[in-house]
Amino acid sequence: MTVMKNTIFSVAVLLAALALPVVVDSSHLNMAILVLMAAQVGVAWNMVGGYAGQVSLGHAAFYGLGAYASTLLLVKFGVNPWLGVLSGGLIAALLSLAFGWSCFRLKGHYFAMATIAVAELVQIFFTEWEFGGGAVGLYVPMDRQGWLWMNFATKQPYYWLALGLLLLTLVANWWIERSYLGYYFRAIKDEPDAARSIGVNIARYKQIALSVSAFFTAIGGSLYAQKELYIDPNSVLSTALSIKMALVAILGGVGTLFGPVIGAVVLTSIEEFTRILFGGTGRGTDVIIYAGLIIVIAVFYPTGIIGWLRSFKERRAARADASHQMAVHAASAPTTNGEPS
Amino acid sequence: MRLLEVNQVSKRFGGLTANQDVSFNVDTGQVVGLIGPNGAGKTTLFNCVAGFFAPNAGSIMLGGRNIAGLPPEACARAGVARTFQVARTFTSMTACENVMTAAMLQEHNVARARAAAMKWLAFANLERFADKPAASMTISEQRRLAVARALAIQPRILLMDEVMAGLNPSEVREAVEVVLKIRDRGIACLIVEHVLEGIMPIADKIVVLDRGVKIAEGTPQEVSNDPVVITAYLGD
Repeated sequence: MTVMKNTIFSVAVLLAALALPVVVDSSHLNMAILVLMAAQVGVAWNMVGGYAGQVSLGHAAFYGLGAYASTLLLVKFGVNPWLGVLSGGLIAALLSLAFGWSCFRLKGHYFAMATIAVAELVQIFFTEWEFGGGAVGLYVPMDRQGWLWMNFATKQPYYWLALGLLLLTLVANWWIERSYLGYYFRAIKDEPDAARSIGVNIARYKQIALSVSAFFTAIGGSLYAQKELYIDPNSVLSTALSIKMALVAILGGVGTLFGPVIGAVVLTSIEEFTRILFGGTGRGTDVIIYAGLIIVIAVFYPTGIIGWLRSFKERRAARADASHQMAVHAASAPTTNGEPS
Repeated sequence: MRLLEVNQVSKRFGGLTANQDVSFNVDTGQVVGLIGPNGAGKTTLFNCVAGFFAPNAGSIMLGGRNIAGLPPEACARAGVARTFQVARTFTSMTACENVMTAAMLQEHNVARARAAAMKWLAFANLERFADKPAASMTISEQRRLAVARALAIQPRILLMDEVMAGLNPSEVREAVEVVLKIRDRGIACLIVEHVLEGIMPIADKIVVLDRGVKIAEGTPQEVSNDPVVITAYLGD
């Protein structure tokens, strides 16, 4: 029954998502796009950070690589963005080998710290790299528009692109979660030594998780570049961005399929709300709220919003079960001569 | 038939010698107990066989192939399964998923891995826990789950690290029964044990370590009457 309920709920959410561009104005549509894009990178991050438990705080490196790869290919070589997006994903997946090679020697917090360092290196490289636009950044030309060049004057097509990419990333996670890879990732997260003792080459499978994650994160970065039409090291390679990706997944629920989607809705709303409320000068209030949220999650809900909802549901089910048993007991008590059943 | 040959294995940690020239054999389907007082080097030797430590010298032959120095996952593929002193079950998974993950070494298909896992859960008398979270099981149940998980890789030899420590007498009996069932399937067992009551009646052979060296080897009867062993356990 819960399976059917979940299916109905998912279909309803999907239909709402499909109907959304028709009913909202363009500023709200833009916010919806931001939610979808944040959700997509959160879902991509979740592959390695959630399922495999390797908390990376350097994922902006992959996001930036994707954004820079597609943009540079387009600006300097006239390569079609669709090809550029795919190349960006593949380049990021390839470079994730070096990322993994250098960081997976470390565990836990030390791994997380190393990923920050590697991402900083990538950011410094792009800041200093003249050909790549340096600190000034790169503009995506608008001379060729339409679906063929993934470039539009209106927001709506970007909404469809972001929604499509999110669904694709969710399907990839769903498939991996159910395949042997998902079991291996969870085993590595739970007990790495026990995983090795049953023949799991943990170095290889951590790397697979990272490469898949890097691939989808980079595609998200490319889409960002195509939508914003401008990138610089600060907007696509910053540590703050890396932390946001992790936070989206952690807030929603690590290692769950839809956790990052919920996390993205909440986080992006906070971000936009503070921006509306405090304007440009109010910048930084969202960061304060993020920090507060991290503390609340760490102290009260380490399993995130999804975990909280689940425990709420379980408690309710347990209560219903208990009252049902009491009712049965009360009904049967007279016939069993007061013997507790 | 000879299955495992440990030849002159030495393992040092800096200046500390944990094992010095230890040699012994395990035959197919044999139950061998590895005993000794605290700090004798039992677990170190065990970790060398399972690939968690690389010995500084000596060879470990499994079915004629030297596995000394191979990483744990390669040892598992070669046919060495192990359990740990603490169960180390995958706590985010159900009991069945724990065993499935191990069965996937032979079979990546999830449905077939599940079928294999159910078979091993039944073997360890844990079917009723199949869809329960592993974290909700008792210590003794989790240890048996770890055994089922280890068996699911279809090993030739199973290494058990103190499976009986901390169990009550009826749980020890259950553990003993499981070991005998494993042996009956033709899988050799090498058991590190501190609790001698459990291991003595079922072992075909006992190897005694003290301060990193082998001090005795033989049937449980021979070993328990050996004055050297008695001295090692009780002191001079």
